[in-house]
Amino acid sequence: MSAILDHLPEFWQGLTVTLQLTAASFLGAAVVGLVITAMRVSPVGVLRGIGTAYVETFQNLPLLVLLVLAVFGLPEVGIKADLLVTAIVVIALYEAAYIAEALRSGVNAVSTGQGEAARALGLTFGQSLRHVILPQALRTVVQPLGNIFIALTMNTSLAAAVGVVDLTAAANRVNLMEAQPIPIFVGAGLAYALIAACAGFVTGRLERRLVVVR
Amino acid sequence: MSSLLFDEPGPRARRRIRIATVVGAVAVLALLALAVRQFAAGGQLDAGRWQPYATWPMWRYLLGGLWSTALAAVVSAALSMAAGLALALGRLSRRRWVRLPAATYVEVVRTVPALLLVYLVLFALPRYGLDLPLFWKLVVPLAISNAAAFAEIFRAGILSVERGQGEAGLAVGLTHGQTMRMIVLPQAARRVLPSIVSQSVGLLKDTSLGFVVSYAELLYSGKVLASYNGLLIQTYIVVALIYLVVNASLSKLARTLEARQRRTLRPRRRLTRA
Repeated sequence: MSAILDHLPEFWQGLTVTLQLTAASFLGAAVVGLVITAMRVSPVGVLRGIGTAYVETFQNLPLLVLLVLAVFGLPEVGIKADLLVTAIVVIALYEAAYIAEALRSGVNAVSTGQGEAARALGLTFGQSLRHVILPQALRTVVQPLGNIFIALTMNTSLAAAVGVVDLTAAANRVNLMEAQPIPIFVGAGLAYALIAACAGFVTGRLERRLVVVR
Repeated sequence: MSSLLFDEPGPRARRRIRIATVVGAVAVLALLALAVRQFAAGGQLDAGRWQPYATWPMWRYLLGGLWSTALAAVVSAALSMAAGLALALGRLSRRRWVRLPAATYVEVVRTVPALLLVYLVLFALPRYGLDLPLFWKLVVPLAISNAAAFAEIFRAGILSVERGQGEAGLAVGLTHGQTMRMIVLPQAARRVLPSIVSQSVGLLKDTSLGFVVSYAELLYSGKVLASYNGLLIQTYIVVALIYLVVNASLSKLARTLEARQRRTLRPRRRLTRA
């Protein structure tokens, strides 16, 4: 137990980095995912193709491969960015594919009459998407988005493998000093579980408020 | 082409679509051109840096890595599916003392990063005298974390079988176990097959944690190769392409299975095409 208490500052530092990674990359992933979804349901064939190719590529590559490629590869082609920023961008792009897929299933869950009604009113594609389809689609995917958020939190730990000192890396470092793996890793695991529990609680509340009764 | 979100385009809409097509295509080409320029400026496109990847020994080495990846993925998939099925049945059990531990396991493991489990097996177990071979240091944490995911898939599948099926089984005199084994599980298995395949893709992606364990799967093989020949970008791009081809084929399989199921189960109109 003292192993954790003695190193609270390190843990706190790691937790802050993990929270930064999680929040920033989820925000980025949400924006990119929304754009990709709009492209995938648009009337323009090329945009649909790009959207599908994006989702296919990022869902089928391991995040760790992307992180390694970006962190060690980009400097070799002359792009030098902050390590944390690189990790955030890569995780955001990766998770955007999953968000896009969830949003698309949400769009599919909107009953067809809604789309037809929007068109009958003379709304353009963009208008019907913005005012009719997406608001309903978003409500149905609160739970899946919550799951993606939790998965994203877990995935941020992979940044530790490429040198970002997040919660996982902090736990690993403290363990190397103290050699008391069980309390240290269990403590770190509890911190992750706490973040996930908060996310679950928030999505649960949101879902109850937003759910569309069909 | 029209879908429920937009009509057959008229002349003005067709012009807009044409403009958007051109803009989209130009944007993608510009992005590619920028990437190529950056690569060329760094000398990364020199033929000499790519030549090695046209030779057989290189591919033999990388395919060896792929073989280890497949081995780790198959073994941990088998372990985690067995454990997942047990957990799912446990969570649906009528006995509270079975239900509670199974539910706790799933909920807890779902919220612990796989990398943390890897570190735990890597650094904690040896201290308590359990030093597993490298292969198991990768497979055990993957099996532990994926068991929870498979448990949720199986549970959803079992719950999706209509109540009447199980009730009918009990009505004709089968025991609970028999009903589960002979009536509910076979139907559930067919429904969850697509989810199982896509979860297996996730598991295959997770085996890249061998990078941390230094078990010689595909990504770690790439790391060794890159530190040996210094062709960092080229090596990791080739590795990424191998992952992409393998996983995309598996994902395609999952989609095919899903489409077949949608035909046999219940057809439903959709706003967009699948």
